[in-house]
Order: sequence, then C-alpha cells, then structure tokens
Amino acid sequence: MDTASAPPLAAPLDIAFDYTRSLGPVLGRFMTGLRDRRVLGARTADGRVHVPPLEYDPATHAPVTELVPVPPTGTVTSWTWTDQPLDGQPLDRPFGWALIRLDGADTALLHAVDAGTRESMRTGMRVRIRWAAERSGHIRDIACFEPDPGPPRASGSATGGDPATASDLDTSGDPDTSNGAGTSGDLSTSGELVTGITTPIRLSYTHTTSAEESRYLHALSEGRLLGQRCPACRKVYVPPRVCPADGVPTEEEVPVHDHGTVTTFCVVNVPFAGQRLDPPYVVAQVLLDGADIPIPHLILGAAGEVRMGMRVAAVWRDPATWSTTPENIAHFRPTGEPDAPYESYQEHL
Amino acid sequence: MRRAAVLGTGQTQHQTRRTDVSMAGLCREAIDRALADAGVDWPQIDAVVLGKAPDLFEGVMMPELFLADALGAAGRPLLRVHTAGSVGGATGVVATSLVRAGVHQRVLAVAFEKQSESNAMWALSIQPPFTAPIGAGAGGYFAPHVRAYIRRSNAPEHVGAMVAVKDRRNGALNPNAHLRQPEITLESVQASPMLWDPIRYDETCPSSDGACAMVIGDQAAAEASERPVAWIRATAMRTEPTYFAGKDHVNPRAGAEAAQALWQAAGITDPLAEVDVAEIYVPFSWFEPMWLENLGFAEAGHGWKLTESGETQIGGRLPVNPSGGVLCSNPIGASGMLRFAEAARQVMGRAGEHQVAGAKTALGHAYGGGSQFFSMWVVSDTAGR
Repeated sequence: MDTASAPPLAAPLDIAFDYTRSLGPVLGRFMTGLRDRRVLGARTADGRVHVPPLEYDPATHAPVTELVPVPPTGTVTSWTWTDQPLDGQPLDRPFGWALIRLDGADTALLHAVDAGTRESMRTGMRVRIRWAAERSGHIRDIACFEPDPGPPRASGSATGGDPATASDLDTSGDPDTSNGAGTSGDLSTSGELVTGITTPIRLSYTHTTSAEESRYLHALSEGRLLGQRCPACRKVYVPPRVCPADGVPTEEEVPVHDHGTVTTFCVVNVPFAGQRLDPPYVVAQVLLDGADIPIPHLILGAAGEVRMGMRVAAVWRDPATWSTTPENIAHFRPTGEPDAPYESYQEHL
Repeated sequence: MRRAAVLGTGQTQHQTRRTDVSMAGLCREAIDRALADAGVDWPQIDAVVLGKAPDLFEGVMMPELFLADALGAAGRPLLRVHTAGSVGGATGVVATSLVRAGVHQRVLAVAFEKQSESNAMWALSIQPPFTAPIGAGAGGYFAPHVRAYIRRSNAPEHVGAMVAVKDRRNGALNPNAHLRQPEITLESVQASPMLWDPIRYDETCPSSDGACAMVIGDQAAAEASERPVAWIRATAMRTEPTYFAGKDHVNPRAGAEAAQALWQAAGITDPLAEVDVAEIYVPFSWFEPMWLENLGFAEAGHGWKLTESGETQIGGRLPVNPSGGVLCSNPIGASGMLRFAEAARQVMGRAGEHQVAGAKTALGHAYGGGSQFFSMWVVSDTAGR
C-alpha cells in the first residue's frame, strides 16, 4: 500500500493499579468511624467542623486533633443529576451527585443521593446516610444518601444561616443510636484502627500514532523497516519522528536494513509488575545499518555471549501474523559476523 | 542580581513504608522541621512551591490540590514543579528564582514521594500500543549507559562497588537515611545479585517514602536570621530531548552546559579546588564517576580515578554524598531537594555526624528523565561577591 498516505493508527491503552493510601491519624479515625457507622468531623481553631475532616487547619496550619461526631442526616446544598451512571460509581441507576452538609458540620461532603428521579432532587432537601452492609473503613462504607422523611433539625437550614452549628452540635442524644452503633460522644472504636485503604485506579486511553509512526508501522506490517531522514541534520531516524534535535518533521523515507550492531545492552535479571518476559533476558540498543539512532530490542540465542559491537539480525515472526506492530520482529539473533569496531558506533552511546 | 539564601532545611525519616502518615503528614514532617530550622513561622512565608515526580507514582493527579491545606498554601501562591527525578532540585531553583526576582521575601519549597503507595517500576514500564514490550524500569534504562561508560573510560569493575560501600557507610552517619549499613564491604557488594547487568543489587537506590523542605529567603531575611544561612551563589537548569541521534547518554550535553553555566555564575574556575563537598544525584553507583566528569570535576574518562583513589570519601579532596545520597534514601520527588538541602546543611555547619569539616562551598545536583533534566546549585557560608 501507499504508506505515505497511511491513516493514523489507534488502539486502546488501559492501565490499572491498586494504589494504597496510608491515612494518618485524622483520616484513619474518620475511616474507622465510617466502618462503625459513625461520621466524625474535624474541628478547627475557629470552631468550624469540617466533614470530611481536614488534616491541617487551613487558617492556623496546625494539625487537627479534635474530631467530633456528627449525625447521619444532612441537607443538600447543591446538586447535579446523572442519568447514565458509570462503572464504579456508587449507584447503578440514575442518581444525584450532591454536596451534603451534615447536621452540625460547616462544610459539605460530595456523595450520591438515591432520589429515584431528577424531579425528586432539590437544594435544601433532607437526606440521610444509607450505610453499606459490608464496611471496611472506606468512604464507600456510605453506600449513598437517601431522602430523609424526618423533621429538619434547627441547625440544618439550606442557607446555613447559623455559623455556630459546631457549638450547637447535640452530642447528648447520639443520632447514631438508631443505627445501633456507638454511644453518645464516645469516639472509642470497637475494633482495630483503620490505617490504610486500597484505591484501585483504572485509566483508559485511546493511543493514536503520529503520521510518521503510522507509515513506519504500516511498513512493518509488510516486513519492511522504514527510516526517515531529517532535512536539517540529515540524520536517519528509526522509527521516524519529528526530529528531536531540530524540531522539524522528517519527510524523506529511507529503507533501513534489518541487520545491525549492538551498541550497548543490559541483562535484565529482575522480575517486576507487568513484566511480559521471564528474566533473565537481554535488552540491547541495536544500531540498524543505515540508521543514526539505535532501537532497543531483545537479543536471544546468545546467552552470555552478547557484547558491545556484536552484529545481529532481526528474527521476523511468521508473515501470516504480521500486523502494524514492532512485535513482528520477535527478537534479534547474532549473525556470526566479526564484531563492529568500537569506533564505528561510539558516537551512538 | 538580588541575593538569596537557604534559611533552614527539614527532612523526614526516610524508609520503605511510612504507613504512620498520609502524604500530607509526610510533607508536614519535613515542613515543620524546615520552619523550625529556619526560625520562621507561617506568617513569614509568602509562597509555597511543591515538587513531585510523575503523578502515576501515587496515582493522584495534581496532588497539590488536595495538599494545599497541609502545605500552608491557603491565602498564598502555590506552584507545582515537575521535572521527573530532578524535580526536587528544580523546585529549589524555582523557589530561589522567586526570591531573587524580588517577588517574595520567604518561599517554602517542599518535595515528596510516597513510593509505598504504588510501584514506580510499574509506572515507568507502562506498555503503550504499537511498541515492543522491552521496558524494565529505571534500572533497565540506565544499565546500558553504565556499560557504555565503563567501556569508554576503561574504568576497573570495582569502582561501582566502591561507590556503594562509601555511600552506604556515609548513610550510617545520617539518622534520616533509609539504608544505614556500616558493615557493608566491597566483597559483600560484589556478592550481591546482578539485577540489571552491569548493575548489582547493592549498587541501586532503595524505594523510599520521604519528603524534604527548605525555607529560602532574600538578603534581608538572611541577615535577620539568628543562625548561619547557606547563601545561594548560583543556580542552573538545562534540558535536552530523551532521545536524539548523537545523544551522549554517558556525558549528556544538557548536564555539561548546566554545570558550565553554574560555575561561571558562581565565579568558580576550578570546581575541584573550589568546591568543598558535593551532593550529586547518584541512583546507581556508577553515576558518581559519570557525573563527576559531566560536572567538570574531572576530565572525560577520568572521573573514576577520583572515586578509586578515595578522594570522594569524607576526608577526601571532594567528599561526594556524605549524607549517603540517593543510594541510601530515594523518595524520588524529594531526592533532588535532599541533595540541595544537604549541600546547604554542610555550609551551615548543621550536617551532624556527616558534616565535612570546614565546608564553605557545596554543590547540590539532580537529574531526571532519561538524563534529560538537570538542576543544580552552589551554596556558600558567605554571601560572596
């Protein structure tokens, strides 16, 4: 095909990792509270109660040490609606994303409200925590909020007229007792303190190649290695790219041989997450004949014998399997030719 | 140009896992110590600069957002700096520039990494489509260039192990160091497993949780300080592409040009004679001789001779990494700032057990990416010219 007009290639790139979070003393107590169906807020020097808690007072910068319980009921201060929930969101049916100021708190918590329909959502609506059946000390211990039919509390007005809600916090009648957890003002926990959480994170991209890279990959699918010469420095780049030194696109196509010289290499003996080859294996910088920059690739069939200057050749996979990928070349193998003299590749180290 | 000085430094206890603190708590451990060391309190801080390596390391996009409270940024300018492994140094340079430009009187610079929350090697080996699966983290990236250095310089094989022995023993003098190995020997290093041939296990940096902070002030702030300060005589940063035809991976041009600019700005003509101690970013042992050459302390091909002759030990002509360096503590985002801060501590006379006697002028150095970003500074005990 006419590789000059090759369309860009695109493919998904999905990466994921189960990150961990050390919580520290403040968030650790907050998460422990959630596990025990109790919400704790952080009281800062100005008397305000922050839910979720802050670790440091934004005004004085001092560490937060005082945590106070707040009830599981609150008021929606603002909201939006999602008709099509995404994977991993709190609910699998349409729901409201709301800022919810819990009674006794001065700040709002973002969470889901299982209101059924958009028409049921309103700023100022009263909501209550629906606890998850299984709780581990995680924000997901709050499954979501649900409309609360109960009477509004005095300090829970939608406009938040009373700035002294923290001092008004009623701890004499523990609002959590209806859920059967804890006693009034008692911050002790029934189990181990939660010190860490796991937060699996997935990222999904569509990776699209440049025009230069697309031409290279289409040539590879035909078993050819394609270089391009920079019009400014005259260097031949494999794979082709906008010249990193001169900042200009490379245009002139230059066929490159699938034989080359090992400039330098590394023996990988170490296993690691996501590794696709079993160590040990050799990753070498291979300067293809006719190119001015080496490509990294595997050298097989020469255990313990790989050396700087070794002459190697590409080992192509079965042409029936070729596609637009550098994996059409399985690896490189020694050719048995005499080693290239050091002077011939020393400028490429 | 206006003068600037390091008023104080602070760092955490670096270790594999700091599960006792959050990212915020880790930063504050360093910040609180830096403020105390500088003898200043929050009202005197005008701006905050945060440095951290790739967001994928902890999986937190733009950590400066959720850390703003902990960093004391409310009501102040907050800048995030990101230049891969060199970011701690670059953060110090940015903070210095804000002071020397006359924008702020006192700037808090902070850098951190909490490597235990993720896996940096995984993050550095992501496999995009249309590529071959050959990445093997930082060790796999740098090992071929170490091999090229050994070939080019004809350095004896034991030089890398000598660096590891020196740095780990130095680390034993540093209570903040992650690895403290006073008993390590050349033989034990050489007997350790070969991970990324030619790099052995004992010649690689650890994976650490840690943070570092510095308070940088203007001349008035420095002169008002009751304790000795570290005057910043010069800073330099340079960048080059990760790959280009003819790139010198052993002796990168950006590093050499940064060093040249640094020495010129500091009025230093013979770095080996005029610098008393150097904190150089050495994540793999062989980078000590490589950077000694790149920085101009030795001619190309001769850096290993300084190491082999013992001149880079404490007591030698140019002690390198008396703190133990990156080989002993590697909270990646903070590692560069640790080099800058340790250089400052030396000329302030506050380096404790690993103090180099009589240190008046010190280098702090960092690099990042595929030897792509370079940042460095020279600090002295007097303001100089």
